[in-house]
Amino acid sequence: MIEVKELVKEYGDFRAVDGITFSVEKGEILGFLGPNGAGKTTTMRILTCFFPPTGGTAKVSGFDCFTESLEVRKRIGYLPESVPLYLDMKVKDYLEFAAALKGVESGEVDRKVARVMGECGIEHMAGRLIKELSKGYRQRVGLAQALVNDPEVLILDEPTIGLDPRQIIEIRKLIKELAGRRTVILSTHILPEVSMVCKRVIIINKGRLVAVDTPDNLTARVQGAGRVALGVRGPAEAIKERLETIRGVKKVVIDGRRDDGTMGLSVEFEKGVDPRPEIPEAIVGSGWDLLEMKTQELSLEDIFIRLITREEGMVQ
Amino acid sequence: MRNIYLIFSKELKSYFTSPIAYVVITIFLIITGYFFYNILATFSLISFQAETNPIIARQYNLLNINESVVRPLFGNISMIMLLMMPLLTMRLFAEEKKTGTIELLLTYPVKDVEVLVGKFLACVAVFGVMLFSTITYPVLLILLGEPEIGPIVTGYLGLFLLGVAFISLGIFTSSLTENQIVSATIAFGALIIFWLLSYSMLFAPPEIGRLISYISMTEHLESLAKGVLDTEDILYYVNFTLLFLFLTLRSIESRRWRG
Ligand SMILES: Nc1ncnc2c1ncn2[C@@H]1O[C@H](COP(=O)(O)OP(=O)(O)OP(=O)(O)O)[C@@H](O)[C@H]1O
Ligand SMILES: [Mg+2]
Repeated sequence: MIEVKELVKEYGDFRAVDGITFSVEKGEILGFLGPNGAGKTTTMRILTCFFPPTGGTAKVSGFDCFTESLEVRKRIGYLPESVPLYLDMKVKDYLEFAAALKGVESGEVDRKVARVMGECGIEHMAGRLIKELSKGYRQRVGLAQALVNDPEVLILDEPTIGLDPRQIIEIRKLIKELAGRRTVILSTHILPEVSMVCKRVIIINKGRLVAVDTPDNLTARVQGAGRVALGVRGPAEAIKERLETIRGVKKVVIDGRRDDGTMGLSVEFEKGVDPRPEIPEAIVGSGWDLLEMKTQELSLEDIFIRLITREEGMVQ
Repeated sequence: MRNIYLIFSKELKSYFTSPIAYVVITIFLIITGYFFYNILATFSLISFQAETNPIIARQYNLLNINESVVRPLFGNISMIMLLMMPLLTMRLFAEEKKTGTIELLLTYPVKDVEVLVGKFLACVAVFGVMLFSTITYPVLLILLGEPEIGPIVTGYLGLFLLGVAFISLGIFTSSLTENQIVSATIAFGALIIFWLLSYSMLFAPPEIGRLISYISMTEHLESLAKGVLDTEDILYYVNFTLLFLFLTLRSIESRRWRG
């Protein structure tokens, strides 16, 4: 449905997107993940034909985003990051305007606008000026305009940014419901969002592709046997050195002194080894106190940061 | 066509939902009305004196309404148009760039040229209303005196074409920036230069003088206001408008080349 090959975008001398290749199947919800400035918005603007790539190609439904941009634009619904709406228009008037411009037949406009307002839960706001709406409702109007022409592809740039936690949950639910048989690309830097909504994730950093996989596989890929957090009383450096002598320990990080006076350390293991039973032994045996030991799962946040730092390590 | 109409009617509505159109048209009518009153008052004073005093009558061999009321009135209207028009055009693209709505608009299945023409026509329509409101002045003249109708009609045609040319330049400067003040300021500057060109004609060698007089916006209005319908003058305004609309289109499209 969406095919991106060797995509490059330069702003002057600055390369914002640097050789990204990926594809999205019909009906898939793809999470587009990356820190600020990774190039998410830039990639989406190319896909929505706002500007062309400097190099490489992007295709939607088989149409090239540059040479057949009108065909592509007929098939997509786009919600830009800043949710730009005409603030002086009323919700319903605005959606009718968007529907007609997006090629909905005159006779169909009323019906489609009514339907999309229902789906997005904004019927009771129909007569209100957009500038009077709260951020959450503006987001819904933004979604509604993206959906109004029943597009095959939905491109949503950080659709939950700036919302309160309840609205975030609502909007996520809405996106999941509305996705239906559509192909969706959704960018975010909130990781739980991705594992909740998306079946597949692309991680980009500094314009480069870092990983493409399902959220579960990504977790498995980076995660070894895991790691433990320790609370100890004793000299941090010495404890760290002692722990590092244990077989199977990959890395020990001193997290710092906690409020209760204990020292926090986290211990990471190699893949497939579990040195946990030896840890208390090593600490207590050296005359220090072990006050706490907790196994930790790697969260998507950790995976994210790890993938990105690993990538940067490779580049250097 | 449908897209042009959609953009056109949306823009037209937003002119009248925001106070811009009302404010600009009102101020325009107040100032032109003031000028009209003064010109007319001066004219009637002089004609009154001329009736009793033949020397004045000879001195002011202008007791023709067209020469002494209609033409100065058109001159004043065109000057005030120059001051008002950038205020109508400045928001057309600059505002959409600032608020980011241009990103959505240009990712809809609409051609850039349709967006441009829709916006342009909406502004022309507002200007049309504004110019049409001044028709009360010549109507009053027709009721009170016996002006020649021909020069009034060609004069209005000239004013309309001049205004449309102003609009095209204003849209162009609006597409260059996301700041409305900057857009209006550049438009004022450029229009005033086109306007004042006719002054430098006085000092220029004749060949250059002819060129300058061709480029100057005022020169072409002069002959239309005299009632001379010359295709060269009309073509001048049409070309001017098309040139700046073309430049605007390039400027909107330029995001597609950069990088
Ligand atoms: N118009 C522009 N001119 C110059 N540089 C730009 C422009 N737009 C974006 N950039 C740069 O390109 C890089 C990628 O920007 P982009 O907006 O695509 O990032 P992003 O992944 O969407 O980030 P965020 O999560 O903050 O939205 C950034 O370093 C940004 O500074
Ligand atoms: Mg972004």
